[in-house]
Amino acid sequence: MSAASRAGEQRDEISFGRADDGPLTAEPGQRRAEAGREPAEAGQQPGDAGPAITTSGLAKRFRGGQLAVGGIDLAVPHGSVYGFLGPNGSGKTTTIRMLLGLVQPTSGSHTLLGVPMPAGTNTVLTRVGSLVEGPAFYSQLSGRANLARCDAADRTADPRTADARISEALDRVGLLAAARKHYRAYSLGMKQRLAIAAGLLRPRELLILDEPTNGLDPQGTREVRGLIREIAAAGTTVFVSSHLLAEVEQICTHVGVMRTGKLVFQGTLEELRGRGATRILIRTTEPEQASEILAGLGLQDIRVAGGEASAQLAGQAPEEVCKRLVYAGVPVAGLESPRSSLEDLFVELTGEGFDVDG
Amino acid sequence: MSTADATRLPPGAALLVTGPLSSVRHWTRFLRSELSLIFLRWRNLALLAVLAVIPVLIGIALRLSAGEGRGGQGPAFISQVAGNGVFLALVSLTLLLTLVLPLAVAVVAGDSVAGEANHGTLRYLLTIPAGRTRLLGIKYAALVVFCVAACTVVTIAALIVGAILFPVGPVTLLSGTTISLGAGLLRLAFITLYVAAAMAALAAIGLAVSTFTEHPIGAIAAILVLAIASEVVDSVPQFASVHPYLPTHFWLSFDALLRSPVAWTDLAHGLLSYAVYVIIFGAIAWARFTTADVTS
Repeated sequence: MSAASRAGEQRDEISFGRADDGPLTAEPGQRRAEAGREPAEAGQQPGDAGPAITTSGLAKRFRGGQLAVGGIDLAVPHGSVYGFLGPNGSGKTTTIRMLLGLVQPTSGSHTLLGVPMPAGTNTVLTRVGSLVEGPAFYSQLSGRANLARCDAADRTADPRTADARISEALDRVGLLAAARKHYRAYSLGMKQRLAIAAGLLRPRELLILDEPTNGLDPQGTREVRGLIREIAAAGTTVFVSSHLLAEVEQICTHVGVMRTGKLVFQGTLEELRGRGATRILIRTTEPEQASEILAGLGLQDIRVAGGEASAQLAGQAPEEVCKRLVYAGVPVAGLESPRSSLEDLFVELTGEGFDVDG
Repeated sequence: MSTADATRLPPGAALLVTGPLSSVRHWTRFLRSELSLIFLRWRNLALLAVLAVIPVLIGIALRLSAGEGRGGQGPAFISQVAGNGVFLALVSLTLLLTLVLPLAVAVVAGDSVAGEANHGTLRYLLTIPAGRTRLLGIKYAALVVFCVAACTVVTIAALIVGAILFPVGPVTLLSGTTISLGAGLLRLAFITLYVAAAMAALAAIGLAVSTFTEHPIGAIAAILVLAIASEVVDSVPQFASVHPYLPTHFWLSFDALLRSPVAWTDLAHGLLSYAVYVIIFGAIAWARFTTADVTS
């Protein structure tokens, strides 16, 4: 019912647009074309809580013998914003190309939205928006004409809603005013945003963005970050790669860290932070008693100095240690779990020579 | 936002999608988009302009040299132009077939896939997903349209110039019989389509070459070298045994349409040769393109 009234609205909008779609007015045809979005959803209903991306031993060795990705097992939960981190050359882009079916894995398998790839390439990718290794459009066309080209290539997109959908996508990335400008006249930030707009031409369940803020000024970076937040808030799973830690830290719920083709960490951002809570420090009038409790909990490298006891945490949560101390009657005046900064963790995970690019 | 509602159609609506109408519409929409990329590109328009200008130059040259009695020289039909402007179209097609028409086709065909790869737009087309087989089909369909357009431009330009500079009337065929102007123009239309078919076969070779590289210039050069090498081999009598298998061998067989009755077997040989080339190189292009890693 609402679909029908919306369809009416859209058709009105179209009539102001370009005339090249011709007087296609048959109502049944319209229903059929709109239903074009349906089969993709038939396999898995939106809101299904299955993982958005899974890979199993995904590996790529290029013909030259160079191992770009060495067997990684990604698990990207539905509804998450997954930051895919790693220095340049660590295999992020090759992984993304494999996820999208652009590059054939040497071994391993993967699924997108529960559909095995690459067999499902032509059906599942309609539900996936993507930006791979920077924007690429036809420089002689305007932003709007470029999106029209993208939409024309999509065999499941409804031609009659194209103009309305293109306007909406341009509006969402703030390019509506520059829609008629030639792509070659766009700034890098505008090009980047146009690429994101191409991913938004239709509702997507998953967005795969490769370095979406690469080359942007701080203002542009913030805009793109805001856009990703907004898209994620609407329920779309976002898989975003970056070599910039700060970017990921601010928008992601989950992270995967790549180092020379291997996935060296995967988990929630909290878990990553937790890895940094290596020591615990207790300020107390009874440091000796505290140290006994800490030893009893299995903590290592216990040091007692003045009114303080400190130890190396071995997976224990600081709050749990605190509870035990209090139960044991240790007067806890203060407790600290000094964490390494995420950036320190990062360098630790990815090794020296990481391009922090701050 | 507005499209979000549209996705919530009842599941039964999905059954309607696979109807032939919507799939035909999506093919034509993509093809239109492809054609506008080809025909709105300055470089390609310049090529078509060259194809239109050369018949004008040939016409002027023949007009200036008319009456100088140069019978027997130059390509076939050249001596007939002074008597009937329609023959200017045949002279033009014959002359342009040696280099300029293949060049125009090589440029557009070589650019078709390699150009998208070079631009980076290929990866976006494939992730939309346009479908690799479908994209290749659309690319080839657009190339065929370009071939027809290029040959038509030559014929029309030559006809216009021929009509301005020379008398136009009933057409005397190579076999000596004379047919009406209307029948002559009809045969000219078929000749144009025959030449377009030859170019479409070259375009299939070009499309295949184009799937092997990310450098359009390399692909264009390779296609031209292939075409020229084939023409050279075709002109060496010692290689007569391979001549019928060369892609360029039947290009000038269109004079079969200027006989009465029409020499259908010659035409059929040519068209068969083109069809085989389209099938073989279409298969190569498909095998390559549907399995290639897109790393550009």
